[in-house]
Amino acid sequence: MIVEIGHIALIMALIVALVQATIPMIGAARGDGRLMAVASTAAGAQWVFIVIAFLSLMNAYVTSDFSVFNVASNSHSAKPMLYKIAGVWGNHEGSLVLWVLILATFGGAIVLFGGNLPPALRARVLSVQALIAVGFLSFSLFTSNPFERVFPAPLDGNGLNPLLQDPGLAFHPPFLYLGYVGFSVAFAFAIAALIEGRVDAAWARWVRPWTLIAWSFLTIGIALGSWWAYYELGWGGWWYWDPVENASFMPWLAGTALLHSAIVCEKRDALKAWTVLLAIVAFSLSLLGTFLVRSGVLTSVHAFATDPARGVFILGFLIFVVGGSLTLFAVRAPLLKAGGLFAPVSREGGIVLNNLLFSTAAATVLLGTLYPLFIDALGAGKVSVGPPYFNTVFIPLMAPLIVLAGIAPMLAWKRADLTGVIARIKIVAAVTVLVLLWSVYRAWGNAVFGAFGIGLSAWLASSVLFDWAVRIRLFRVSALDSLQRAIRIPRAAYGMSLAHFGVALLVAGVTASSAWRTEAIQVMRQGETISVAGFEFLFHGVVRAEGPNYTADRGHFTVTRAGGLVAELWPENRFYPVQQQPTTEAAIHTTWLSDLYVVVGDPDGQGGWSTRVYYNPLVPWIWLGAMVMALGGAVSLSDRRHRVGAPNRRRRRLMAGEPAAEVAR
Amino acid sequence: MNSRRLFYLLPVIVFGVLCAFLLRGLSLDPSTVPTALADKQVPVFDLPPLDSQTKGLASSDLVGEVALVNVFASWCLPCRVEHPFLMELADNGAFALHGVNYKDKPEDARAWLDELGDPFLRIGADQDGRAGIDLGVYGVPETFVIDRAGRIRYKHVGPITQSDLEKYLLPLIRKLSR
Repeated sequence: MIVEIGHIALIMALIVALVQATIPMIGAARGDGRLMAVASTAAGAQWVFIVIAFLSLMNAYVTSDFSVFNVASNSHSAKPMLYKIAGVWGNHEGSLVLWVLILATFGGAIVLFGGNLPPALRARVLSVQALIAVGFLSFSLFTSNPFERVFPAPLDGNGLNPLLQDPGLAFHPPFLYLGYVGFSVAFAFAIAALIEGRVDAAWARWVRPWTLIAWSFLTIGIALGSWWAYYELGWGGWWYWDPVENASFMPWLAGTALLHSAIVCEKRDALKAWTVLLAIVAFSLSLLGTFLVRSGVLTSVHAFATDPARGVFILGFLIFVVGGSLTLFAVRAPLLKAGGLFAPVSREGGIVLNNLLFSTAAATVLLGTLYPLFIDALGAGKVSVGPPYFNTVFIPLMAPLIVLAGIAPMLAWKRADLTGVIARIKIVAAVTVLVLLWSVYRAWGNAVFGAFGIGLSAWLASSVLFDWAVRIRLFRVSALDSLQRAIRIPRAAYGMSLAHFGVALLVAGVTASSAWRTEAIQVMRQGETISVAGFEFLFHGVVRAEGPNYTADRGHFTVTRAGGLVAELWPENRFYPVQQQPTTEAAIHTTWLSDLYVVVGDPDGQGGWSTRVYYNPLVPWIWLGAMVMALGGAVSLSDRRHRVGAPNRRRRRLMAGEPAAEVAR
Repeated sequence: MNSRRLFYLLPVIVFGVLCAFLLRGLSLDPSTVPTALADKQVPVFDLPPLDSQTKGLASSDLVGEVALVNVFASWCLPCRVEHPFLMELADNGAFALHGVNYKDKPEDARAWLDELGDPFLRIGADQDGRAGIDLGVYGVPETFVIDRAGRIRYKHVGPITQSDLEKYLLPLIRKLSR
């Protein structure tokens, strides 16, 4: 019964979305306030209906109602509760319900926090949002109904893919969707602006917080996914340039570019058409990612069960939404008035360069991801594009970006004095050179190129700290004075510093773990010891262990260094009988400076076990860096100018005679 | 049309080309490993019996009824996982279930069958893996579905699970049995 209520609620949500997609749009065109007001009511109703649908589906999972086809195919009564709940979105049909739930939640948030939006803009934004909801709700109801019943109901379910039964992955999809779907708000704002033919600083100020939210969530989502790949796939790697990973990375790259260009749009009233285009592209790449993952066009290690009918539907939707919005862009964007001028060497110039590099990077990843499809479609055979391509083209794009990130925040708006800035950052250059020399010395004869990555990281990190020290006039004025200055720096500036510092951590982690990883793969017997990177790994053998819904071969290692105990490690090789599928659970000991990573494989039949031991230097900094980046996004979001009604207060303060330079930051 | 307009048109043009490829991509299946033997006659082989308790398997035995040929080995852990399932499929009346014992010692295979049961009508011993090469086996277990005319219609790589059986094997077997 509850299941049918959920189904009906989802249908109701579709009907409400249809109303919300049309009536307010007409109202905005006619200037009819009553029709525009429908948008807010409808957005609220849509949210309520989708929450009901989502909770009904979750209820079916929690109570293991196997008369629901989706539950029977993806759940099992012996599964731990966390994975019964996470199982709701661990499959194609359920994940779509989560997708529309998040979409409706963003719609509700626009109503809640968009009180100061001009009524026509708000009505149009909500209409565009609803149009996207219509697409996804129809997709769900017509091709992937999560509430379909099965008769007779099976005694038990097929269970969730064991690889996905993991805490990191339980929360990975919600964060990822919050990111993907969050870009729909920027997209809706872009479409509304194109329809109105007006993009101004106020528009950019509304778009930026939504982009920040989406970007921060997407950063966390990607980091969680990569962390999962790191400890679950058992090969010590954390990024495989898999199509599905790329599908989440492309919107991130476009979103990062958007985040930066929106600043120029807000502060300097320039780059308008470009910012609108980026907002369209960021969300389009999210949609493209959905298409790639669910249509079966590309092979991937973690694609959903695919179905050509679904592929056709999403492609149709993709053509409608993306093709439609890009056509609208082609027609309307030339009408946007060009804004403020700026010299090539300026903060704006730095951000333009940033945007060029980020968009090239996104295009590069897109090309590499779709290349096998291009070749196959042209009948030229089957190829795969792997890490060598991506590393070759991606690193040369990222390196100048990091150099740029170290210097551009110190450039003035409009026209900057580059030589002056370079002269000022002598300390940063000195720190960079010292770290570079030190790492070349440490790494001598062993992947020296890695030292340059560490040098880049040192450059960015020290420049962030230096910039902050200059702003608070550290050691030039009294400590109290410096503290007061530190408090007065806008949170948006702190957000940027944190995010850039996070990038520096990430770069160090990526570089060190790829350049100086040590690995040993061998067959070990009980009592044998292997030495990796100065650590002794003593193997105590393997015992059979029982989990709630799996059996495991559990290995045991004692790690010592120079006689002192470092860690006890228990890697597992699990077997899930319901799905007849094995998984590898690596055992990891982290010191925050490095990870010791141990995996136990198959027995050789003669008392030995294949084992893999990795020493991964600085690898935790990758996720630490990503978290610091997301934190930077959150801090920037808390800046007062993003809060409701803030623009008015701000203007008053400006009149009160605050130094203009502070405001320009 | 001036060049400035063209610049604004560029995104939608690029997207159009992309969509053409995506549309084409929908009708291609990237995951199918090109099986040279699909819908071809089973290559000729004649494998001796595993031991005195079993009958051997030759390609000529596969003509006349729908058959499943399971390639297994006692040293293969996934085969052990799959085996109880094969036991359920034995003597089902809908199709014949044969085995190819791949690169195995006969005494090991015998001990394995004694322990877990023998679901197979015939078992060919492919000790040197020659027949395996002809059949294109690249990992055990693998299962071939062969129609009445002795043509390979489907190859399943890895252990058969309930859902594989329901989704792919049984519908195909039903179709072939008609």
